[in-house]
Amino acid sequence: MNAPEFGATGIGAARYIGQRVLRKEDPRLLTGRGQFVDDIALPGMLHVAFARSPIARGRILSIDTTAARELEGVHAVFLHADLSKQKIELLSFFLMPIEVPVTLLADGRVAYVGDPIALIIADSRHIAEDAAALVEVEYAEEDPVVTIADARTGAPVHPTTEHNISQEMGDEEIDEDLDAALNGAAHQITHHVTHQRISQSPMETRGVVASRDGPEELTLYITCQSPTNIARWMSMALGLPQTAIRVIAKDVGGSFGLKNTPWKEETATVVAALLYGRPLKWIEDRYENLTAANQAREAEMTLRIGFDKDGKLLASHSDYSSNNGAYPQGADANVAVQMFLWGAYKIPAFGFLTRGWYSNTIGLAAYRGPWAMESLARETALDTAARQMGIDPIELRRRNLLTLKEQPAASVMGLPLEDITPAECLEKLLAYFDVAAFRREQAEARKAGRYLGLGIAAYIEPTGSAGSMPVMTGELAQLRIEPTGQVTALMSTHSQGHGTATTMAQVIADRLGVAYEDVTVFEGDSSRGGFSPGAAGSRQGVIGGGAAIKASDLLASKVKELAAHLLNASPETITITDGMIHVSGAPEMSRSLRSIAEIAYGEPARLPEGFEAGLEAQYRYTPPPMTFTSAAHACTVEVDVDTGFVKILRWISSEDCGTVINPAVVEGQIAGGLAQAIGTVLLEDFHYDARGNPTTVTYKDYLLPQISDIPTFEFVHANTPSQSVGGMRGVGEGGAIIGPPTLVNAITDALAPFGEVPVNLPLTPAKLLSVIEGRDIAGTGAGTAASHAPAPVEVAVAEAPVAAVAAPVPAASTSVDGDWQITMVPPMGPPQEMTAHFATDGTALSGYLESPEGRQEFTGSYDGGKVKFELKVEKPMKITLKYDLTVDGDVISGKVKLGMLGSAKLTGTRIV
Amino acid sequence: MSEHQISVTVNGRPLHGQVESRVSLGDFLRIDGGYTGVHLGCEHGVCGACTVIVDGKAVRSCLMLAVQADGSDVTTAEGLAEPDGTLHPVQQTMREEHALQCGFCTPGVVMTLAALTAGDARPTEEALIGALSGHICRCTGYQGIRRAAKRLAADAGARAGEVA
Repeated sequence: MNAPEFGATGIGAARYIGQRVLRKEDPRLLTGRGQFVDDIALPGMLHVAFARSPIARGRILSIDTTAARELEGVHAVFLHADLSKQKIELLSFFLMPIEVPVTLLADGRVAYVGDPIALIIADSRHIAEDAAALVEVEYAEEDPVVTIADARTGAPVHPTTEHNISQEMGDEEIDEDLDAALNGAAHQITHHVTHQRISQSPMETRGVVASRDGPEELTLYITCQSPTNIARWMSMALGLPQTAIRVIAKDVGGSFGLKNTPWKEETATVVAALLYGRPLKWIEDRYENLTAANQAREAEMTLRIGFDKDGKLLASHSDYSSNNGAYPQGADANVAVQMFLWGAYKIPAFGFLTRGWYSNTIGLAAYRGPWAMESLARETALDTAARQMGIDPIELRRRNLLTLKEQPAASVMGLPLEDITPAECLEKLLAYFDVAAFRREQAEARKAGRYLGLGIAAYIEPTGSAGSMPVMTGELAQLRIEPTGQVTALMSTHSQGHGTATTMAQVIADRLGVAYEDVTVFEGDSSRGGFSPGAAGSRQGVIGGGAAIKASDLLASKVKELAAHLLNASPETITITDGMIHVSGAPEMSRSLRSIAEIAYGEPARLPEGFEAGLEAQYRYTPPPMTFTSAAHACTVEVDVDTGFVKILRWISSEDCGTVINPAVVEGQIAGGLAQAIGTVLLEDFHYDARGNPTTVTYKDYLLPQISDIPTFEFVHANTPSQSVGGMRGVGEGGAIIGPPTLVNAITDALAPFGEVPVNLPLTPAKLLSVIEGRDIAGTGAGTAASHAPAPVEVAVAEAPVAAVAAPVPAASTSVDGDWQITMVPPMGPPQEMTAHFATDGTALSGYLESPEGRQEFTGSYDGGKVKFELKVEKPMKITLKYDLTVDGDVISGKVKLGMLGSAKLTGTRIV
Repeated sequence: MSEHQISVTVNGRPLHGQVESRVSLGDFLRIDGGYTGVHLGCEHGVCGACTVIVDGKAVRSCLMLAVQADGSDVTTAEGLAEPDGTLHPVQQTMREEHALQCGFCTPGVVMTLAALTAGDARPTEEALIGALSGHICRCTGYQGIRRAAKRLAADAGARAGEVA
């Protein structure tokens, strides 16, 4: 391992950082003594189940709960009106209001199959489910919007929106110069990628136990990614600042992005517990998890790339759309896909259009590497391009990846890059894996009618994010050496399997100079440990590790100061090793840490002047805003051309995750991500029929990878320390990002003799047979031109203002001079109202825009009804706003380009 | 719904209960017995997290009714380690091989391996992997579980002997 020198601090050598120590969590988990949310039972606790919509979209005509209420053992049946007695506003992961109204239970409409309508409280879950089945609902069913294609043309999912675009960024029309660069390139490809919908599928489903402990206290046991983040979210969502909210989640059975924030059912249970005054438990069953828990990934991208004659990247354009479902946890257009698409590559020109779409399906949530589509699209496109250009795919990457020597540099999207190493990871991978030998084996196999393939991919990943978004904070380590000499750490980190009680203890033991066995890490309780967004964005090793180092160093200094005072030595001569305090050159003066600790707590008279009694220290570490992890992976497969089955032969990970605290934990994170990647490419496919009915509602239909589907992974550690304290880089998500293109590339390489394999995940045997046999076996149009037919381009409703622009300009166009009331619809946030004043002098234009934020003056041009002007703004970032409007009588309309944020539509009327 | 008086032995101790016929063994062990190491991951027999040993055989406790277990001898993950806390060889091997992360599927994996390697039984690695294909682990990518199975298998050679 590549543990860096931490400087001569007088602490024993790095004995635990970098070691494959046994995990502290494992004895309780192996013996069935873990504490998951369903393991909690409180006195007087009742159970919750939900009656849910069986249709994807419609109005509720009537709800009859009589039979449900009359069932013995039922305490209450709550509808939307009942829960509305408690103020509640669901918030996104970023603690922002949701863009469309979201109620906990249906408010007159249902928007997806599984939408909760009634909450039943009963003596047991069995009875609650019996009662749920007795709730009678009459609907006026409507045609649902299910797919992205439906969303483009279908009626708006939400009565409050004009169209189904939940967010849009980038340029609706490709920039003319970029288009020219692409069309003029020596080699051009247009690459389509379709990603299916994924269920995060943590083995522990969602669940909560909520207990109102009097009017001023609320205790929640909830399976989550950070108890302190849930406490913050609940306090804000419920508007209960005076209520002490304690959130406990000792053990969490996986999350993978699903449990970032509570959603309808968890929050409804909490509200019901507040209203009903008894502790309530709701544990999602697997059917609910597959039909009502938020999901991820469903997206499509068209990626255009232009290369010069040598295969060097010239220009690229990406058009991305994601199916956000009805109630996404933040209706975003996933601009991170665009941000990181070319992050590791040298490319001079890039543009994009990125959109999220509402549909009558389950809402979008995070899933390990939420922007992973960028690596899938780019790396599979590069292999396709390499085949078309006759360049080796490895060589194509060597010509275009940004190397360490070329840094510092900025990506085409402006990412500052100082120490990314995908090119170096690739070289280390190739030093380990003999490509030439594989190509010989592949050639021999093909002669025998066997189809082997090699896939290689490279990427970078932002990890350890802090400070750039309000919710992404640093991490807090609070340490104390107890009077017993044992070390207790309260960490703001939280494990859903990450093993932070182990890795943080390793760091602390290492830096303090005590035995690993003598360090206990407590987390999983908002009453202990400071605020943290938890396990989100591969951040805990980087930031929590840094906090543990800094707090340990503070505490070690304190020990040394006290020991020096007691032993009549100078602090520089004191070292701490294995829980013993030594004075250099005086072995007879060694003392146990315990003996010093007893004095620190119990004998204040013996402490140095001004010394705070006890041995305690804390530090909140905020790292650089972003720490990049890099990797290159290779995998080899054999595709059975009779059955279409894929067998993975080898898989090698060459990754740079900086300082490794525990190789077993790091490899476990990568392997877990790769297994999910293999599921994504070959097996998993959450599917709806045309009426929006989910058809993969058990694990017999939604196929998760089994042990027999996953090969033994080989690891090449190509680590270089990062610039964060301790040198760690995040590693939680990478396998799930780099895994899919690696495997897809291996399959397409194997089947290259049959033609290109459309990247339409999952690559089921039927889809591969369609390519192998040159006919549509899968029924998806795979391998045929039809599968790449462009979807309808424009949104019907979006055309209304454009139509106004396109309408024939009256011959005698009225003057623009005067005042106008204007509405701008930006890509994010609510419409903005402003007034405009225009004055013309010939074709010269001057004027100002005025809104509550202030007045901004401009000059521009006016010609034949066309109004053009520019404004420079500083917030939210430095951009130039380019207005392009058309006047028609007393109506003005058009758009404003907002730099890389895309464009906004404007409409307005003359103020008479 | 008919109710039945049943008695089972769980980890060597008696457990009596009055249960509806529809109650699964898994729910009975968790709710009536407090054996919360029995984890219900899917309740339709795919994930394997709820596996317990009933009369010597690994059983999915979500697919067996409590009334079917009347009179049976049941072992759960809580009952495998020695009273002094010494881990069962399967548990120890899984710990050493980092065969778990979140630990939710773990009790089921432990029980299947314990059932198949009980006493002198030493299945082949292939047989153990075959059995483990009935367990879903979403965290580990099965790397440590596979290593543990290799060590516990008949064909592991001297290393398996050390562990057992």
